[in-house]
Order: sequence, then structure tokens, then C-alpha cells
Amino acid sequence: MNYDHILIRFGELSTKGRNRKQFVQRLSFNILEKIKDFPKVAIEKSRDRMFIKLNGEPHEQILDRLQSIFGIHSFSLAVKTKTELEEMKNGALFALEALPYKGKTFKVTAKRAYKNFELDTNGLNHAIGSHLLRNTEDLTVNVKQPDINVRVEVREDATYITCKDIPGAGGLPVGTSGTGVLMLSGGIDSPVAGYLAMKRGIRLEVVHFFSPPYTSERAKQKVVELTERLTDFGHSINLHIVPFTDIQVAIQKQVPENYTMTSTRRFMLKIADKICEKEQGLAIITGESLGQVASQTLQSMSTINEVTSTPIIRPLITMDKIEIMDIAKHIDTLEISNRPYEDCCTIFTPSAPKTKPKKEKINFYESFFDIDKMVNDAVDRTEKLLITGKKQEEDSVINDLF
Amino acid sequence: MIYLDNSATTKPYKEVVDSFLKVSTEYFGNPSSLHSLGGEAEMLLNRSRETIASLLHVHHKEVIFTSGGTESNNLAVKGCALSKKNIGNHIITTSIEHPSVTNAIKDLEKEGFEVTVLPVNKEGRITKKQVEEALTKETVLVSIIHVNNETGAIQPVEEIGEMLKNHLNASFHVDHIQGIGKVPLRMDTIDLCSLSAHKFHGLKGNGILIAKNGVKLHPILSGGDQEWTLRSGTENVAGIVSMTKALRMTLEKSENHLSNLLQLKHYLLDELEQIKGVFIHSYRNQSAPHIVNFSVPGIKSEVLVHALGTKNIYVSTTSACSSKRKAPSKTLTAMGVTRAQAESAIRISMTYSTTKEEIRLFLQEFIQAITTIKEVTR
Repeated sequence: MNYDHILIRFGELSTKGRNRKQFVQRLSFNILEKIKDFPKVAIEKSRDRMFIKLNGEPHEQILDRLQSIFGIHSFSLAVKTKTELEEMKNGALFALEALPYKGKTFKVTAKRAYKNFELDTNGLNHAIGSHLLRNTEDLTVNVKQPDINVRVEVREDATYITCKDIPGAGGLPVGTSGTGVLMLSGGIDSPVAGYLAMKRGIRLEVVHFFSPPYTSERAKQKVVELTERLTDFGHSINLHIVPFTDIQVAIQKQVPENYTMTSTRRFMLKIADKICEKEQGLAIITGESLGQVASQTLQSMSTINEVTSTPIIRPLITMDKIEIMDIAKHIDTLEISNRPYEDCCTIFTPSAPKTKPKKEKINFYESFFDIDKMVNDAVDRTEKLLITGKKQEEDSVINDLF
Repeated sequence: MIYLDNSATTKPYKEVVDSFLKVSTEYFGNPSSLHSLGGEAEMLLNRSRETIASLLHVHHKEVIFTSGGTESNNLAVKGCALSKKNIGNHIITTSIEHPSVTNAIKDLEKEGFEVTVLPVNKEGRITKKQVEEALTKETVLVSIIHVNNETGAIQPVEEIGEMLKNHLNASFHVDHIQGIGKVPLRMDTIDLCSLSAHKFHGLKGNGILIAKNGVKLHPILSGGDQEWTLRSGTENVAGIVSMTKALRMTLEKSENHLSNLLQLKHYLLDELEQIKGVFIHSYRNQSAPHIVNFSVPGIKSEVLVHALGTKNIYVSTTSACSSKRKAPSKTLTAMGVTRAQAESAIRISMTYSTTKEEIRLFLQEFIQAITTIKEVTR
């Protein structure tokens, strides 16, 4: 006998109506994509759940990866048996013995989707429960609050037995809400914003502004690694590296110091918008949190936001720094973000940026620029990297060293 | 040449030396430098850490690079005990540890720590119960070698680790230097684990200390805050990268060839048992697949080592670290072996490239040597 199935329960998905099929389809695609190095697995979909048939592939690694796929409420390793009492007893015993069960309490919860089975629910609970008690030591029954709940799901074609639920990542399958462009700086906030957007089903394109020689390859590497972390929660991601030095230098020359930050953000937004359009995105996602820095006051945001009508999603807008850092820790980006390299937002920071910039003023200062030309030029020179998860793209010279 | 002293050190894999050479010549930047050469070195360092973490099933933050086994053991023992001075002052260890643990603990004794040294039975093993009974409220550290470097005896460290999970004050250090790649060890049962590159076909001068879940350590070296401030000093990137490769290759070999090694050990034991006057100190069960220790009382081990050496066969007396001292093996003495036997102990230590033919040739020359020596010294 073997654990041959993983049973997947849907989260929010199960509340969907007629469009549920699309969501389930996307989830199954995302799962297959994530475990494509286990070619023997197959997915079986039913109305309210999904089964991964392992066909001999090792379950540990697959379980591990399922934990970061959005759209899953919980999942369990399952033993599939024939709908025959002896088989079910053996299956339940196997499933239980695979766990550290000594000294624990348990109960059996049978469910009969197949009502014609010879025993009723109580009969099943009793028959299987006593079989387990007879064949184990140091295990006792507790029907109120058991440590282990042996669930036996009787269907006509087969019976599924599970003992342990692993919580899933929740949310909606990535890709079901369309595409958004994430502005990723390298700081703590933006990767968290990207993660939260993915959790609501958004597929990401990532934009980073790069200002060589003022910022280094390492700052870029940092962004590559942050993007790599984000691919863990969904899919491969395009990273657009925008050469931003020329624009920053132009702003330094033309715009009064206390307005340079406002103008810089407006240019960034325009460029992100252009890339969003190119990639058929529907929204821009930023890591802004209200009141955190000068550019994140409501007045500032309003002035910066003036340059686009694309919806801007700000998942962190009401969060505290502590809350944001907790999520960054949870998704393993904090340590990368904390690396101390200069990025395009820190090199030209004015000493006293305007916290209440006026639209008329910035529009006047920027009227001396050929904005479209500058934006198009930056977009044209943008380097697009496909980040496909960890290290896959690294060249063989480096691989040979390990 | 027949090399049967793999517990002293192993021959580096060719691929490992290639890696070392390439990194030393092409990626020689200091990982702490800001420029791009430094960046490349840092990338290699990070990549090593992550690879090792995934090979050993730990988090990359739990990997500390050191200069070798001795430093790993010192950092684990002293670093852990000193950081817990305010919690307690009791340490538990065994009578068969490597000197880098024994002497580190002696240093701590001078600083006021109380030490319980657990004796071993005649198989060279301790039990979980012994540790359990020695535990007090003051116990802050338990340090136990996994595979003894002289006899190959395996200690029940996983079992002890499970038990120690209920004793929150006591951190559990395992010296896994002889065990890696030969005897599996579940990292989730321990807190601190020492490894040394040259015991798994890497180069000398590199080691690893695994410190699980951020076990607090008091650094031994003060300096520039490398390795999460626990082990300052510019990282030996070439050594670390090549060590990573050695570890990967060794664990792969272990996966595919461990049973061959075990067969070889049984063959060696079978044959040794046939030879009159040979006493075997390594047991068939609960001992490592690569180490066999035995004595020929009446023949000083050093004489045998040299006799075999003239035939290009390399074996050792006890551990390499103590073989230049004239004292008989501490481990064997602790097991209750007689002085005559301890003085005539020979250790054969094999690895995945050792062949049956090599063992056959060794046995042939060994029998020949005993006969000759006995004739001469009669």
C-alpha cells in the first residue's frame, strides 16, 4: 500500500458560480507548472476538489511546493482503496502508521457519498476504528478533540482515506485576475505588495528602474533575486530593467531640488504605464504605504498619480512597517531587501522633498521636457529578463563549479 | 597505492580541485567588496550556502562556514556554552570525543563550567538513558560524536536528540565529521552539527557548522562581522565552493554505493575473523560502514603501519590526530580494551572508491607482514 494521491480542497474558489471552471482550470495549470519535474503525476478534477495522482512520484517535495500555490485552501495525502471494507481497514491503518501516532488520540470520520455501501457511517466508524485500535499500540480514541482525524470518504468507484490536513496558501489562483505591473525597487515593501497582488490572482510583470553607474550590478542582482522569490508563488515572471540614468540626470538639471522626487516618480509611473500597456496589463502595483515617506502622502500621491488613469493597486497602503516586515519575513524577501546597495530611489534623494507638491508647479517644471520622447526612449532600451524560478537561467560555467 | 586511511583525510575529487582552481583564479574578489568582482564572489558564496542548505535539509541561514572540523567543534561548544552562561553551567559529553571537543570543554571547565563525561560500554557506545540521567536544570549543552573516528561506533544521537527536545535549556551538538556521507543523520533532531571538507573529498581548511533555528553562539573570532557575525574573517570562497561540490558528490555516491561499502566492510570483517591472534574492535552493527579497527597483540601498531607502507598500502594506528603521541588510544581504553591490545590497534578506513581487490591485497600483505614481524621479533 502507498500514499498514492494528494487531495486538494479549494478555498474561495468554491464560492464561485458559473465561472468556477476557469478558476479550477487555472489552478490545475499552475500546479502542473510547479511540479513539472515530476512528469508522472496527473491531475483529476471534480466539482469541489482536485486529486493529484502521484503514480510513484515522491510526495514530500510535491507537498512542499503545494504550500505556496494560491487558490488552495488545504490539502492532504490520501490513500485510495477499493470500496470494500477489508481494503478500507488496511488503507486506514497504513495512513495512520505513516504518521507519528504513538501517544496520540484519534477518531474515524466516515462520509458516505455512496449511500448504498453495506455499512452506515456509524458502522464504518466503528469497524475501522476498532481495526486501528487492535493493530496499534499506544493510541486511544477521543471523539471530541482527537489529535488525528482519520477521514474515510466512501465513493462508489473508490474510497479516499486522509489523516492530516496541510493548510494551503489561500487566495485565488495566479492568473485569474489578469496581469498587473509591479514597480519593484529592491526595498522591503514592493516585493510584499507583489506577493499580496499575486494572492488575489494577479499575474505579475515586474519593472525595475536601474541607474548605472550610480547603482551597481548588485542592486540589479538583488531585484533578480526578489523576483525569483516571487516566482515561488506562481509562475515565471518578466523582469523589465529600465535604464533610468538619463532621465534622473535631466530631472536634476531642470527641476528645483524639492520637486525632483515628485518628478522622478511621475516619470517612473509613466514608464510603468507604457510597459503595462505593452504587456496588456490592467493595473500598476506599488508598495506605497500611506505617510511612510514624502512621496507617500495623499497630496504627493495625488500629484504623482495625475500622469495616468490606469488603476494603481497599493496593497500596503494602510499597513504599518511592522506588519509589512512580518510578511517580508514570511515570504523570505526581507533578508534580500536588507542588503545595503544604493538604488535609483536613494541616490538623488533631495534633502527636503516636498510632502505637499502642487500640481501646477510640477506641470510647469516638466513643461520644459519632451516627456514622451524621454519615456519612449527609456522603454525602448528596457532589458527584459525572464525569471523562471531559482537559478535555472544561470550559465553552465557557474553550474560546473558546484 | 592502496589508500585505507580515509578517516584521517580523503583524496580530493578531481572535480573539486578544478573548481577550487577556477574560483581562485577567476573569481578571486573579496565577497565583501562593493565592486562587481566582489559581487561575483558573493554570488558564489550565497550559492554555496543555499546548495549546502538544500543538500542537508536545513535553512541557508543555518549554515556557517569555518576553517574546518576543529573550528566548527570549538565554535559549537564554546560559542554555545558561553552564550548561555546566565542560564546554566553544566555540560554533558562522552569519553570518546575528538580532542577538539574534549579540549574545548576543558577550557570551559576553567571558566567555571561543570562537566559530566559519560563512559562508554565495551562496544564504545553510550545510551539515551545515560544522557537522560546526567541532565540537570543547569545543563546547557550536550555534545556527542556521531561516528567515532577510531572504531566507527555509532552513537544513538537521533534518539538522544528527540529526548532533548523536552529540555529547552540544553542545546545538542553533534560532531558529524566522520559520519557525513556514510551514516545518515536527521538534522531536525539536533541543534549544532560540525562538518569538515577534507573528510568528504574536499580540501583541507574548510568546514561547516550547522546552527539550527538561530541557536545563539558567542563568536570566538572578533572581526568584520562575516557569517552573521559568528565567524569573522574573509571567506575562503574557492574552498567553500569546492567543498560544496565535494559534499554534493559524496552524498550522491552515498545514495548509490552505500550498500557496496557495507559489503566491503563485512568482507573485511569475515576475513579478519579468520586470522589467528586478531582482535576486532569494530562491531558489525551500529558501526559505520567504512571503519574497521582491530589489534594484533604482540605487534606494535606502528611497526605494522610501516611494514605495510613499504608495500604502498596506507593504514593508520588510531586517529591521525593522536597517532604521533605515544599514549594508547583513548577510545579503545575507554571501551575497556587491554593496554596490549590498544597499543597494537590498526584502523582501516575506506571510501566509495575502495575496491574489493584492494582489500584482498591488503589482507594478503597484512598476513604476510604479521608472519614476518613475528619471526623477527620472536
